[in-house]
Amino acid sequence: MADPTTSSLLGIPGYAFLWVLTLAALALFGLRAYRLAAALGRGRREPRWDHLPRRLWMTVTNVAGQRRMFDNPGIGLAHLVIFWTFLFYAFSFAWNLLRGLLPFLPLPYADEVAWVSFPMEWLTVAAVVALAGAAVRRYFFTPERLERSRDATIILLLISLLLVTFLVGQGAKVAAEEGPASWSPVGGLIGGWLDGLGRAGAEHLFVAMWWVHMAAVLGFLAYLLYSKHLHLLASPFSVFAASLEPGGMPLPSEGAARLEEFTWRELYNGLACAECGRCDRACPAFTSGGVLSPKDLIHEVKLLVLDAARGDGHRDLIATVGAEAIWACTTCGACMERCPVFNEHIPLIVQMRRQLMVRGEVGTGVQDMLTGLTRYGNSFGQSPRNRAKWARDLEFEVKDARKDPAEYLWFVGDYASFDPRVQEVTRSVARVFHRAGLDFGILAEGEQNAGNDVRRLGEEGLFEMLRDKNLAALESSSHRAIVTTDPHTYHALKHEYGLNGRVRHYTEVLDDLVSSGRLPVAPSGGGRVTYHDPCYLGRYGGIYDPPRRLLRSLGLKVSEMPRNRSAAYCCGAGGGRIWMEDAPGGGERPAESRVREAAGLDGVGTMVVACPKDLVMFRDALKTTGLEGALAVRDIVELVEDAIGATQRSEA
Amino acid sequence: MAGNVWIVAESWKGSISDATYEALALGRELADGLGVRLEAVLLGHGARAAAASLGRADGVLYVDHPALADGVGEETSRALAALAAARGPGLILVPTTNVSWDLLGLLPARLEAPLVNFCREAVVSGGGVEFTSLLYGGKMAATVGAGAGPVVVAVLPGVRPAEAGKGGAAPAVEEVVADFVVGGGVRWLEYEEPEAGDVDITQQDFLVAVGRGISNEANVEVAEELAAALGGAVCGSRPVIDQGWLPLVRQVGKSGATVKPRFYVAAGISGAPEHTEGMKDAELIVAVNMDPSAPIFSVAHYGIVEDATDVLEALAEAVRKRKG
Amino acid sequence: MKILVLMKMVPDIVEELEVASDGRSLDQEYLRFIVNERDEYALEQALLLKDGLGATVTVVAPDAPEVDDVLYTARAKGADRLIKVTGLPAGSGARATAAALAVTLPAIEGALPADLVLSGCQAIDDLDGFVAPLLAGALGVPYLGLVSRVSVDAAAGKAQVMKEFAGGVMGRFEVSLPALLGIQGCEKPPRYVPVAKVRAAIGAGGIEAVEASAGTAVAPVEVAALAKPEAAGHAEMLEGSAQDVAEKVADILAARGLL
Repeated sequence: MADPTTSSLLGIPGYAFLWVLTLAALALFGLRAYRLAAALGRGRREPRWDHLPRRLWMTVTNVAGQRRMFDNPGIGLAHLVIFWTFLFYAFSFAWNLLRGLLPFLPLPYADEVAWVSFPMEWLTVAAVVALAGAAVRRYFFTPERLERSRDATIILLLISLLLVTFLVGQGAKVAAEEGPASWSPVGGLIGGWLDGLGRAGAEHLFVAMWWVHMAAVLGFLAYLLYSKHLHLLASPFSVFAASLEPGGMPLPSEGAARLEEFTWRELYNGLACAECGRCDRACPAFTSGGVLSPKDLIHEVKLLVLDAARGDGHRDLIATVGAEAIWACTTCGACMERCPVFNEHIPLIVQMRRQLMVRGEVGTGVQDMLTGLTRYGNSFGQSPRNRAKWARDLEFEVKDARKDPAEYLWFVGDYASFDPRVQEVTRSVARVFHRAGLDFGILAEGEQNAGNDVRRLGEEGLFEMLRDKNLAALESSSHRAIVTTDPHTYHALKHEYGLNGRVRHYTEVLDDLVSSGRLPVAPSGGGRVTYHDPCYLGRYGGIYDPPRRLLRSLGLKVSEMPRNRSAAYCCGAGGGRIWMEDAPGGGERPAESRVREAAGLDGVGTMVVACPKDLVMFRDALKTTGLEGALAVRDIVELVEDAIGATQRSEA
Repeated sequence: MAGNVWIVAESWKGSISDATYEALALGRELADGLGVRLEAVLLGHGARAAAASLGRADGVLYVDHPALADGVGEETSRALAALAAARGPGLILVPTTNVSWDLLGLLPARLEAPLVNFCREAVVSGGGVEFTSLLYGGKMAATVGAGAGPVVVAVLPGVRPAEAGKGGAAPAVEEVVADFVVGGGVRWLEYEEPEAGDVDITQQDFLVAVGRGISNEANVEVAEELAAALGGAVCGSRPVIDQGWLPLVRQVGKSGATVKPRFYVAAGISGAPEHTEGMKDAELIVAVNMDPSAPIFSVAHYGIVEDATDVLEALAEAVRKRKG
Repeated sequence: MKILVLMKMVPDIVEELEVASDGRSLDQEYLRFIVNERDEYALEQALLLKDGLGATVTVVAPDAPEVDDVLYTARAKGADRLIKVTGLPAGSGARATAAALAVTLPAIEGALPADLVLSGCQAIDDLDGFVAPLLAGALGVPYLGLVSRVSVDAAAGKAQVMKEFAGGVMGRFEVSLPALLGIQGCEKPPRYVPVAKVRAAIGAGGIEAVEASAGTAVAPVEVAALAKPEAAGHAEMLEGSAQDVAEKVADILAARGLL
């Protein structure tokens, strides 16, 4: 059998020819890689090299294991197979290339080794079938979200070429060697069809196929970084360099709109994106028909970086994305949770919001709220002295934790303190804590808005101011732990004030109180409810089970909505959205969609929430959807109080 | 208080304003109580005919001068100061409206006389006059005395019913010459009427008014819904206009319209005098505000301490239900 | 162009106001001060003129609690020079303030003459007069109040301004410069400035403190008593949930034949 690299081609030794081809491909690849890196280098620094073992493990599980793709098991499996086929192909190609470039190596070619060639042949057949299917779909039954681009056609042709040349080459090899090799069943089949060529003809065909195959693969390599398949190489590193903080915020900055103002990691999002559209499908702003598409946002970043790689890239990203889209984000985190390549949409949004703040381009409603927060420390424009007014109607005194030490410092939060629609629930929490004999106190007017929404609106300075005041107030009180009713506050205190394990959500505390027997409840007759995971408790805080366990311990059956736990659908109020108007062009508001989802469950009459904003949003949505009779929205503590009432009645 | 009581008549676009008659009614009481004459002062150019309706005064002093034709405060304040210096009135009552605003501001400077601002009540007591002024957006009332005249008093609209200042026989009009130097630094050019096409809130039977307490532009829509259910329109107080949530023509009160609908809902409006002067005569007023001490509750017939948006929503629902 | 903006602090009525034991003044315990709302529009108008035509904007404010924050916020928004007039007792009336400013401002290097002096057209504590026209009278410059739009023709030494009348009617006026305008509104609400920028301005400092020269004002209006206003009448309060009160209001409307 002729070795393609030792025989001469156009009068040049084969291996020399291969060296030229390879160096040319690598040069094209390297030039592009250099330019892209230089474009990223124009961005600001952002360290993502800490916790190496953790980062490596994250990369292994999410790249090799494709963990996030398995939220849809069918697609997950398909993608896993394609991914590993690709790797296997890359491996065998690298082997062949090495052998071809260094013909003196005492190695066979990869396809001469049974354990490579046998699976390769079958995988290639499967890939050809799959590609044919994909081609038919793309060119004859184009789905709406697929675009027919020249880029895709080139890639499809290159891949087809390298697959077909491999199979035909295997056939030619069998034909030339007269007799099927035992580990080359497909080659044997094709070889049978090529019998007429004779030995010399088959050998020529094999050599030709070999070269075309190598050229196609090298061409693919050279072209890759110029094509949208860039993400194949870029995405693993995106996973490695992902943020390790839950709900991580951008580094201190005056915001960003131009390439140089973003960090390299923020820009890298554009290169890693596979344009799969999972973010769009999970995004409440997008699915409610609004102006924000997280996918388009990342795509704009990519276009900016590619422009920069061509020496340009001076555009203002806020202008291309549009301020309306930037303000439409609820920061619910569904996009980032679903993104298979760990892109970070929210930091990008917050960067641009910061820049809008600096430019003073803020809506009047938000501006009023921020001014009120700066002055009064609450978003209701009320005197701080009114913060504990809700407690006046209670039959017992709530301790002022600034004066008397308490086991639990209850950080009540703005909505729970000021919103008349939530105050009754707040009093309910107080009564339940009191009934359980929990030693708790509040900061009264010493408490200020925790700043979670403010920070996500891009008002970092105001966030810091609120944080510092709250930390000082917390320090002045004596307590063992902090409990809060508001998940946004919970996230801010726990992760952004650095109070960590000291902070607990009231659902956790209630779950403890009930399961330890400190709070005796009479399980009810087994009603059926559904539970809405607040974004900042679930996705941000990872707390999914305590509220569900609590509900079950009350004797309730919990039905899950189709979008539950980490896939829960935002109510639309987060990230400062509660202070803004509905985005223009909107369809059904997220909260309306969510209550319909709950009302659609069999035998469920109650949607349980554990967040004051959810209570307000969903009760409002019940009215606007006309579902008031069909579904009730209740805070989890109201159900607990019902169950306590039942024990009190039975004791009486 | 030796001098007479003067009331500065306000003529705008050819007619005497209601605020003038209201102040005139108060001036009548004060002049009677002090035992002095009540004189109306009318400044203008070729405007003498307007004096005929000021019969509740004992006489009208009319100053005619080309520089006074457009009511520019720079000029009217000079003319009035010159006249007052010559005649020595004890009290000069000026209606607190946008038309008289500049006169009111400048007159005390020109006359070097004290001013009692935001006056919503004045009574004769012990030979002098005791004034009550609304301060801090109507949240406090100050009882104020003033020394010897002349004292300039800024009278809030609504101090008395306008009807009480109308009527009487045609007064004696004395045309007087004011010896003043024309300033000329401010020149009136034209009036710009609000763009036609929007609703005329003065013609509505039902008005839903929103103020700062609705906290969010989206809630204007909630008010629109109630207005639609009632068959009326939405209007607002100053802060809502400043935010650009409603156009200027929808403003009620100072700078805005004076409305007398059959039903007026004041949602999230605290009730500063600048607003209440424009709506206090509505037939039925319901106020919704989170602050139980809001001054609006002293103007309203019915009051509700609740979140304004919630009540508007519920009321829209209740109205729709009743109307079937 | 040079623009001078006058700002002053007034009691914040978001906080509950109480009467002090003397029965004539506000209880200081919970009293907080906030910048007069209309003065914020005056500043915004000045900054809009600066953005459009170029100008130096000097902000002048009598000393009062929290006034430094207001001045630094003005700087963060774009004001060029900050002047704090000290020595005026807190709660000085408009009369005394205007009289003091009338002698103090001309003595400040470079403050006057200014092409435009802008101030809020009124404040909630203006018991004895409005600062802007009083000061205009003392400085001998033309004055116009309730202004909500300003455009300047610097070459001609004139400004065209819109003044608000009633019912949405605006009057167009021509004013010779220098002039003093009492500002009621603006093309747009006052701009927001992030806290970080204000902090940076605070860090940079630069408030010039100027001791007020005593002016001669007429005798102030004396407050004999201060009290929460006794209402001529008070609304009948409706109680219950939003739904309950809505039904009650609907009943009242129906009884009057309004539905």
